Amino acid sequence: MKVLVPLKRVADPDNANKIKLAPNGAAVDTTGLEWKMNPFDEYALEAALRLTENGKAPKQRLGEVVVVTLGPKECEQTLRSALATGADRAIRVDTTDEALDGRLVAHALKSIVLAEKPDVVLLGKQAVDGDSNQVGQRLAELLDWPMATFAATIREEQGALLVGREVDGGVLTLRVRLPAVVTVDLRIVAPTSVFSLHTDAAAHKYGEGVRFAPLPAIMAAKKKPLDTKTLAELAPGVALTTKTLKFEKPAARSAGVKVKDVSELVEKLMNVSKVL
Amino acid sequence: MPHALVVAEIADDGKPKKATLAAISFAKKALPAVGGAFSILVLGSAAKAAAQELAGYGATKVLVCEDPSLAKYTAEGYAPTVAEAGKGFALVVATATSQGKDLMPRVAARLDAAYAGDCADVSVEGGALRYKRPMYAGNTFGTVELTTPVHVATARQSEFEAAQPSGGSSPVEAFAKVAPGAAAGRVDIVSFDTVKSERPELTEARVVVSGGRALKEQFFQVLEPLAQALGAAIGASRAAVDAGYAPGDYQVGQTGKIVAPQLYVAIGISGAIQHIAGMKSSKVIVAINKDAEAPIFQIADYGLVADLFQAVPALTAELKKRRPAG
Ligand SMILES: Cc1cc2nc3c(=O)[nH]c(=O)nc-3n(C[C@H](O)[C@H](O)[C@H](O)COP(=O)(O)OP(=O)(O)OC[C@H]3O[C@@H](n4cnc5c(N)ncnc54)[C@H](O)[C@@H]3O)c2cc1C
Ligand SMILES: Nc1ncnc2c1ncn2[C@@H]1O[C@H](COP(=O)(O)O)[C@@H](O)[C@H]1O
Repeated sequence: MKVLVPLKRVADPDNANKIKLAPNGAAVDTTGLEWKMNPFDEYALEAALRLTENGKAPKQRLGEVVVVTLGPKECEQTLRSALATGADRAIRVDTTDEALDGRLVAHALKSIVLAEKPDVVLLGKQAVDGDSNQVGQRLAELLDWPMATFAATIREEQGALLVGREVDGGVLTLRVRLPAVVTVDLRIVAPTSVFSLHTDAAAHKYGEGVRFAPLPAIMAAKKKPLDTKTLAELAPGVALTTKTLKFEKPAARSAGVKVKDVSELVEKLMNVSKVL
Repeated sequence: MPHALVVAEIADDGKPKKATLAAISFAKKALPAVGGAFSILVLGSAAKAAAQELAGYGATKVLVCEDPSLAKYTAEGYAPTVAEAGKGFALVVATATSQGKDLMPRVAARLDAAYAGDCADVSVEGGALRYKRPMYAGNTFGTVELTTPVHVATARQSEFEAAQPSGGSSPVEAFAKVAPGAAAGRVDIVSFDTVKSERPELTEARVVVSGGRALKEQFFQVLEPLAQALGAAIGASRAAVDAGYAPGDYQVGQTGKIVAPQLYVAIGISGAIQHIAGMKSSKVIVAINKDAEAPIFQIADYGLVADLFQAVPALTAELKKRRPAG
């Protein structure tokens, strides 16, 4: 199985409340925040690794994982960390974050898919900076491929994936025949969420969360192939059609009061806030 | 001037989902930029009843596409018809339910349109639509401009009042199904494991009681009686869902459900920014946590520092005593 994983680096999501705005709200200022791999993309990478191995012998790669990012040179760090975790090859499409929107990213990824011919494209369900939640769906449509968004579980079958999707009201299970696009949700990295055909699903349990790169792998990752492409060659003539004109901070909520016990709490809810 | 098209969502009982009323409100706010009129599109194997009901909301017309192959929603099966219907409109909008978020970007790609998802507001500036979108876990709002001839958007349900019927009856017209592409033949629905609950819908409830990791296996045992006493829906943090104490469908937050009830009670929840992103528009927030320093207290109107396993049963009892009818 060959899996393509598009990944984006975002400003540290656990400190997103520390972002500042440039004067007049012209831009988001993330100075001082570390770049991290979008958490959903970390999860997509973990799922891709599970799909290309026998969970019992993960050192032996039984498929190929190609990671791709669209962004400036410094994004190569993110690609290297994905290579260290186990991805085989990386592609960077040279551009800047400001020059992208979901439509453009999807068009560029389509060109890469046509060249790389993966069985599956595994993406995050959303990049947690723009919280835009569209690239996977758009890519599936451009390719006329089936898709399973918001995946919580994936079981590989012969020529297909059985995907459990977290949707309103419960879990919807789809079977998508390959090639297909899958976008992942939080639960995809639970111990029994993803199994390839090589792994004995009845007997194997993964660790909770994503795997970490051992030190030697970090060194070895420096030698893994990393190609660079340009946006102009992958998405010729595709213009930017989404512009954020201004950013603003939401109204802040301030801390209220501490109550001493439940009867004071009920008192306040009934007589002060009048919500009961 | 091209109008707006609202894509409705039908519930299992054949009625329109209440969520659809948020998209109608969105379209109504957009009216000055879309020629003052909107239509509604309904798809399904038996969609006439839903279309009739939606005919009471002031739309120019209600388009109905009925076909046995549309009985169960898949994005691959629905997108071609929705996109075809959307041609010639200035704006195609649905509510940001899990179906809306799955379908509409696919529709946008088919229309080669730009997409603004999960919008908290829409306004008109110099005759053009401006979309207000939460970003960075709700820590900033971006005002977004789309420059394709057709725009595709989804509306965040908690930020739009449910539209009220306006009287009158829009004409209902049949819309022919568009044959889907190869993708539709390569996806099958295998099963739907529904979460059964007596409680109201999380996104529509007046009161929400949410539990975190601290609830452990007693999640429902502790929260149900309180939710019952308050007539509340039950929500959960990611950690509670990850641990298996509550179903995934209960998760409130940046990447789960967005709620804005009159009263939100956070129990044994620390208040990570991803959780806060999903509930901070609530009118009144109550937090019960044994750690006085928990970040949730920074946004709570009323904080109770206590062990939840004592405080929650006591609160339930107190409510029953004071509000015997509730
Ligand atoms: C990409 C991404 C997306 C995410 N999306 C979401 C999301 O949508 N929603 C979400 O909720 N989280 C989300 N998270 C996770 C989030 O960062 C937190 O990890 C999570 O919200 C923590 O859940 P919690 O508050 O239940 O657990 P904890 O942080 O462990 O807090 C438990 C709390 O319970 C209190 N406690 C313990 N025992 C008791 C007791 N006996 N009585 C009273 N209080 C007690 C503790 O003091 C503590 O404050 C996301 C994370 C990532 C990386
Ligand atoms: N600049 C980018 N480079 C690579 N992948 C991206 C980029 N932007 C988005 N993606 C992928 O698309 C997914 C959804 O992103 P979005 O639609 O922007 O929320 C992400 O989780 C990534 O997998």
